[in-house]
Amino acid sequence: MSAVDVNRAPATSLGRVGVGPAIKPRDSVWQRIWRDRLMLLFIAPGVIYFLLFHYLPLLGYIIAFQDYLPFLGFVDSPFVGFANFQAMFSDGAFWQAFWNTIIISLLQIVFYFPAPICLALLLHSVISTNVRRIIQSVVYLPHFISWVIVVSLWQQVLGGSGIFVHTLRDLGLPAVNVMTEPAIFKGLVTAQVIWKETGWGTIIYLAALLNIEASLYEAAVVDGAGRWQRLWNITLPGILGVTMLLLILRLGAVLSVGFEQILLQRNAVGPAAGEVLDTYVYFKGIVGGQWGITAAAGIIKGVLGTLMVISANKLAHRFGQEGVYS
Amino acid sequence: MSTTIDAGAGGQSERPAWLEHETFLQKAVKFIVFTVVVLAVLYPFVSVIATSLASEPDVIKNGGLVIWPEHPTLNSYRTIFAGGVVTRAITVSVAITVIGTLLSLAVTIMMAYGLSRKIWGSKFFLLLALTTLLFTPGIIANYLAVKQLGLLNTYASLILPVLINAFNLVVLRQFFMGIPGELLDSAKIDGANDFDILTRIVLPLSKAVVAVVALFYAVGYWNNFFNALLYLNDSSMWPLQLVLRLYVVQGAPLPSAGDVVENAPPLQSIQMAVVVVALIPILCVYPFLQRYFTRGVLSGAIKG
Repeated sequence: MSAVDVNRAPATSLGRVGVGPAIKPRDSVWQRIWRDRLMLLFIAPGVIYFLLFHYLPLLGYIIAFQDYLPFLGFVDSPFVGFANFQAMFSDGAFWQAFWNTIIISLLQIVFYFPAPICLALLLHSVISTNVRRIIQSVVYLPHFISWVIVVSLWQQVLGGSGIFVHTLRDLGLPAVNVMTEPAIFKGLVTAQVIWKETGWGTIIYLAALLNIEASLYEAAVVDGAGRWQRLWNITLPGILGVTMLLLILRLGAVLSVGFEQILLQRNAVGPAAGEVLDTYVYFKGIVGGQWGITAAAGIIKGVLGTLMVISANKLAHRFGQEGVYS
Repeated sequence: MSTTIDAGAGGQSERPAWLEHETFLQKAVKFIVFTVVVLAVLYPFVSVIATSLASEPDVIKNGGLVIWPEHPTLNSYRTIFAGGVVTRAITVSVAITVIGTLLSLAVTIMMAYGLSRKIWGSKFFLLLALTTLLFTPGIIANYLAVKQLGLLNTYASLILPVLINAFNLVVLRQFFMGIPGELLDSAKIDGANDFDILTRIVLPLSKAVVAVVALFYAVGYWNNFFNALLYLNDSSMWPLQLVLRLYVVQGAPLPSAGDVVENAPPLQSIQMAVVVVALIPILCVYPFLQRYFTRGVLSGAIKG
């Protein structure tokens, strides 16, 4: 090793002398750090934040291989190998939560995912800018409302004293409190997501729609293309890239469904209908103190999620789309 | 920078010459769909506000359903502002929102500015931040980290773990990158250091986007309830959203604050008054927020 260094050092310096001042001597790392010291100082707090709260916590997953006891800590808790994973896979509650998560995710992909596309296409077809702005400012609003308030609003409208139950009663139908009915819980949370996020979701599609060259439409009209042909051959291909991108992100997050939203309503319908992976981890781990098993569940969820993102991205490349990263 | 250009700068209709006029049926369908959507969004808000203003007879009349309070009263609001749980929770929420937003803004601006220039390691540090948009450590890991750092049961646990949002960082960085480099270089030749450049040139040029990011952070802090649930054991430290969860979503009886008000307002009205109080700050900043969204300030950043 040292021999190589000794050999290389004179060679480089010779090279520099030989070529002359045409090649700018590259600053060493330390010189560059010194040159950028003030800027590096600017980003230091941010970098420390990301390390401390996004990367360092990953070390905590070591407890998935331990019989973790809080008063013993990471160092003294005994290692148990894969016992936590075995316990988790034989836990019926885990599988219950797993399948609930998958079903809710699929419901959201089928029913929520296309909703912003449809609304964006409709909004885009509104010619009056003022009318469009008024509608936009209404439909963006729910995005900024916390889940606690959204659930309160829904209780107020659909709960026992809301207009929904009153209407049912007036029509002589049985008064169903949809907020506490386990059978329709998964549909309910999907409907809530549609109510809260559809409007906000249109932003990115509207931006993509505005980016489509107007000359394409003009040429199509000259060639005699009608409304639907233009939609099919120009508009939809124009937003395909961003649609794929969002679909990849959604598939990557298939094991995470509205944690706050479901946590707030799980008790109203019970764990059989309302438990998802995140609430399973919360109730069993943080509330119940079963640290090892829930850390194992966290690892499984993280690994599967990462695999989903990578494979969805690969798939996008195969279809000739950009994807999230290259 | 071009992203700030208004999509429909005229503010008026711009019908392209080639576009055919819609049939009556198409217009009608569109009108009905938009009316339904707008009503579906707005009705719950109207209902909550109406109920919060209702008095006992209003609530009893229709078995709890209040569409228009015939005897509107502010008694519910008097009750929750009479001290006690809700008043204290509002104080906590306001303080966390103000302090958190200022801290987040300062740290995010500095980092975004640093990463908007070609400095040593900027690519790596950017990747470090961007990766967090796709992958999060998870609840258990976050909890243990906060515990190890000694932040459990402190107000800092409501701010530090969510100090920077990578999305906001990208929005700011994208905007800073659009500021012409010559402008900054000439200031540097005149002897300004990076700190001067940031505070005297970059920030005055970025007021609008900084305002949007500030509002994003403020809304985030105001709305956050899960961090408080996770990290605060002591219910006397709870912010408003958590109090809302206990008394409205879970329906626990609200402890009366000191002396009981005459003609005590119905429970349902008090609950809805708490909801309205939690809503008001959002409704107040919303017009400012949405002005930028509908103009597409952020769309460029999203694409970038």
